[in-house]
Amino acid sequence: MSATKSYSEEFLKGIWKENPVFIQVLGMCPMLAVTNTAVNAIAMGVATAFVLLGSSILVSLLRKVIAKPVRISTYIVIIATFVTVADYSIEAFSPALHRELGAFIALIVVNCLILGRQEAYSSKNTVGFAIVDASGMAIGFAFALFCLGATREILGFGTFFGSPIFGEHFEPWVIMALPPGGFLMLGFILLFFNWLEQRKKGAAV
Amino acid sequence: MKEVELTCSATAKEPSALRLVLTLGIAGLISGFILVFVYQYTAPIIAANKAKALREAVFKVVPNSAYLQELHYKDGELVRVADESGGEKVQPGEILYGAYGPDSGFMGYAIVGSGNGFQDTIRLLYGYDPVQRAVLGMHILDSKETPGLGDKIYKDADFVSQFSPVLVDPSVELVKGGRKADNQIDAITGATISSDAVVKIINNAHQKWDDKTKGAPPKFVPPPPPKEKEKDGNE
Repeated sequence: MSATKSYSEEFLKGIWKENPVFIQVLGMCPMLAVTNTAVNAIAMGVATAFVLLGSSILVSLLRKVIAKPVRISTYIVIIATFVTVADYSIEAFSPALHRELGAFIALIVVNCLILGRQEAYSSKNTVGFAIVDASGMAIGFAFALFCLGATREILGFGTFFGSPIFGEHFEPWVIMALPPGGFLMLGFILLFFNWLEQRKKGAAV
Repeated sequence: MKEVELTCSATAKEPSALRLVLTLGIAGLISGFILVFVYQYTAPIIAANKAKALREAVFKVVPNSAYLQELHYKDGELVRVADESGGEKVQPGEILYGAYGPDSGFMGYAIVGSGNGFQDTIRLLYGYDPVQRAVLGMHILDSKETPGLGDKIYKDADFVSQFSPVLVDPSVELVKGGRKADNQIDAITGATISSDAVVKIINNAHQKWDDKTKGAPPKFVPPPPPKEKEKDGNE
């Protein structure tokens, strides 16, 4: 384990420099499916954060116990447990939200962002670092979901967190609320982030 | 770079088969334990939520109602499901709800219907008055219709309000460009299939229950409180 790693750096990399969505382009399935409103996006972000944090802690704690050849299956069992806990809890405490997110809560199990973090990070680092890394990645993921959800809600429904922000005569851009709108918007956002990156490189030269 | 490191260490030493089985077995065991506890804790809340949602929906589709009881059709008349406790279980599809006003007077039936929508099955509840022969109100319980288009079958207040009331004779009819008769429903622009599905579901459910709801409605019997709880659990 390298001594040069600092907690703050490991935390911040997930939010910006190695943002799971904008830079690593991971977890696209929930990203495109449930981000038609800001509330859905945040709920998905929180559910994913819970699963990511829980499994990262457990995987990191058990990293010396888990036999290498079956590590992926063990991670999946751990992740699936947390996902089911999240699924039941959401259904019990917010049936309306559960109806909106539908099958996508259960599908967090196969979110490659979560499995990716276990394999690439938690299984090789101490619990402290695993927590910091998972929190950073979770916030980065939630932030990206929120960006997409908010823009799609504003354009597709003319509302923000359910309250209308345009006048009476706003005609909702329906495609934004539909799956194609998700792809379109994601494309634009990725374009924007790549442009930022390019500009930064240009400035450095 | 990290991935390369990992595959190297993985091939370095092969753990025994027993170790592999144990690792997965223990992981599964712990996972099972956690899930049992979470399930035990949340299952009653989830069941109560669903029962509450259904109850609220019944009161919504039968205006001014305050009480309900589960009914089913047996030997030529509608009887309370609660009377059957101990007997054979009534299939959920064979249950309808009698809705009663604050003075326990009969207000109408609430009937669950389902059928194919544009994307997936639509389940809905509608209030029905056998005297007026009219639908009193409609509420979508479950649907996965397209957001922004098909989901207007429950988000568009103008569409939903057309069902309170709409006459069922000769049948509820879907039209375009405004309703002209009391048995017509104006389709949602851009969501004709979803609108049509809703109307079809109501017509089908009505056909099934029409004869059965022609008799005198059963009287309201307030159930004792513990029984109420039992009913929730059964759902």
